[in-house]
Amino acid sequence: MTSTYLPDKRAGRDAGPPAPAARRDRARARRRTLNWLTATGFQLPALVLFMGLVLLPMLFALYAAFFRWGGFGMPSDYVGGENFTRLFQDDVFLGDLWRCLVLVVLSLALQLPFALAMAVLLNQRMRGRAVYRMLFFAPYVLSEAITGVLFGMIFAPDDGFADQVLGGIGLDGLGGEWFADPSTVMATLFLVMTWKYFGFHMMLYLAGLQAVPRELTEAALIDGAGPWQRFRNVTLPLLAPTLRISVFLSVIGAIQLFDLVWVTTAGGPDHHSETMAVTMFQYGFKRYQVGYASAISVVMFAISLVFALAYQRFVLRRDLEGATTTMRGDGK
Amino acid sequence: MTASQKTRRGRTLPLHLVLVVVGAVMAVPLLYAALSGFKSTDELSRNPVGLPESWVTSNYTQILGSGDFWRLIGNSTLIAVGTTVLIVAVSALSAFSFARFAFRGREALFTLFTMGLMFPFAVAALPLFLLLRSLDLLDNPLGVILPQAAFGLPMTIIILRGFFRQIPGELEEAATLDGCSPFGFFWRVLLPMARPALGTVSVLAVVTSWNNFFLPLLVFTDAQWWTLPIGVQQFQGQYSAEYAKVFAYLVLAMVPALAFYSVAERQLVGGLTAGATKG
Repeated sequence: MTSTYLPDKRAGRDAGPPAPAARRDRARARRRTLNWLTATGFQLPALVLFMGLVLLPMLFALYAAFFRWGGFGMPSDYVGGENFTRLFQDDVFLGDLWRCLVLVVLSLALQLPFALAMAVLLNQRMRGRAVYRMLFFAPYVLSEAITGVLFGMIFAPDDGFADQVLGGIGLDGLGGEWFADPSTVMATLFLVMTWKYFGFHMMLYLAGLQAVPRELTEAALIDGAGPWQRFRNVTLPLLAPTLRISVFLSVIGAIQLFDLVWVTTAGGPDHHSETMAVTMFQYGFKRYQVGYASAISVVMFAISLVFALAYQRFVLRRDLEGATTTMRGDGK
Repeated sequence: MTASQKTRRGRTLPLHLVLVVVGAVMAVPLLYAALSGFKSTDELSRNPVGLPESWVTSNYTQILGSGDFWRLIGNSTLIAVGTTVLIVAVSALSAFSFARFAFRGREALFTLFTMGLMFPFAVAALPLFLLLRSLDLLDNPLGVILPQAAFGLPMTIIILRGFFRQIPGELEEAATLDGCSPFGFFWRVLLPMARPALGTVSVLAVVTSWNNFFLPLLVFTDAQWWTLPIGVQQFQGQYSAEYAKVFAYLVLAMVPALAFYSVAERQLVGGLTAGATKG
């Protein structure tokens, strides 16, 4: 078809006065501009929304963090880095950092291994497994606020339902003040977080486990590997990308924890369950020290960013190649 | 029953036991709340664990009969639907452009969006509030819908881009030869084919919006606009001594989310695992 068409085209080109190469280049450039305009045109709404409501506010917080400012009018009382130096001498904020670390360590040491164990259990063919899966995941779809109110009542100090149940099975000693006692409030919070979130991590692991080829575990079985060896040397390495993502989500979740704490304890008793977001909320919305609260936002952002970049650089690099960063030529 | 079946059952028995115990821990708080809603507060303090002596339905019926509860449901629905429509429309356009065009700045722009995944919402809450106040969007549903959409973009774009890229390029060539414009291809070919993916991201957006607490807490001071999570917290504050009422309220507030989950389980779980592994 093209070959029969060629002579006509050539004839036409010979007849036309403007230099053919230049015209072709101009047409190509115009096509490229048009293509670029179309492509970015499709991006425009997302870009406007994202810039305006995600990036712009963050930049403004970065600016406001250098002022003493009650939140009305424009910030004018420039104080340099004072908010930041104050922040790192603020026992409550330092406590927030410590409590965040505690929650992360507890999650990695207890919640995620538990989720993994449940995933391995439910990955086997057994009766009722769909029901268990659905039940374990169900709390994830509940609002943190509603979950918090529910457990605030279940863990009511001294005569709440949790105490009644523990008393009923002869474990009175374990009960007590729960959220109201400074020494148990974080453990109680962690229990509720585990109730709500382990099912989510379990679902991630189940999806990962289903992607482990049967042939590999079968081959290991034939080679004489026991169940633990099969898990340790075949399943676990193949599950590593999923595990890394789940750890990442868990840490980001701990950094921004707010709803659950706010409705159960509001940070109390005496700041013993306060998180960075709660402290920020207290200063920004209750005490009108908006400059100081902005500094907290900025530090939270810096922590998330440094963590995310470091994690991506050192831990996730292999998993994310081609997934989020590039799509050069691999056609995927 | 054969011998091998017997040993198999013997081996899985402890595993079943573990599952039953964990299942009980998961289910009991919910069942306890539901049962407690059928008691009077008096009975609840006398008999916290057992079945109700007489089933009191008034806790539930009073809530269902009051306009307040339904207004919360209405507000939550309005905001969830608004957020979802906006998020899906905007993300689909963007994901289409990422998936089907090669243009200068594409990688940089995509990296910018993926960075959005690292912004916990709590980080931006305060500056966002200040911005919304200066735009006069407080006590306005748009004040919740727009930011929720903005923060949901990264995940939605990533999921949709992955899906759009799987649709063969020949299809687009064929459509173009038939005189389809890029938008025509997007609207008439790509979107109908992407229905499962659109369903997934919509379900994710609905659940996230429905459960959001922080943003409505900041934006709505006027009770007229409160959403369900705010309403639950306020109700507890108001009736803190009447446990049975609060339990009934909690249970009714959980029903829509659990019902939605039971209908859309596959999309929800699929979307979350896809989002996590691709993001």
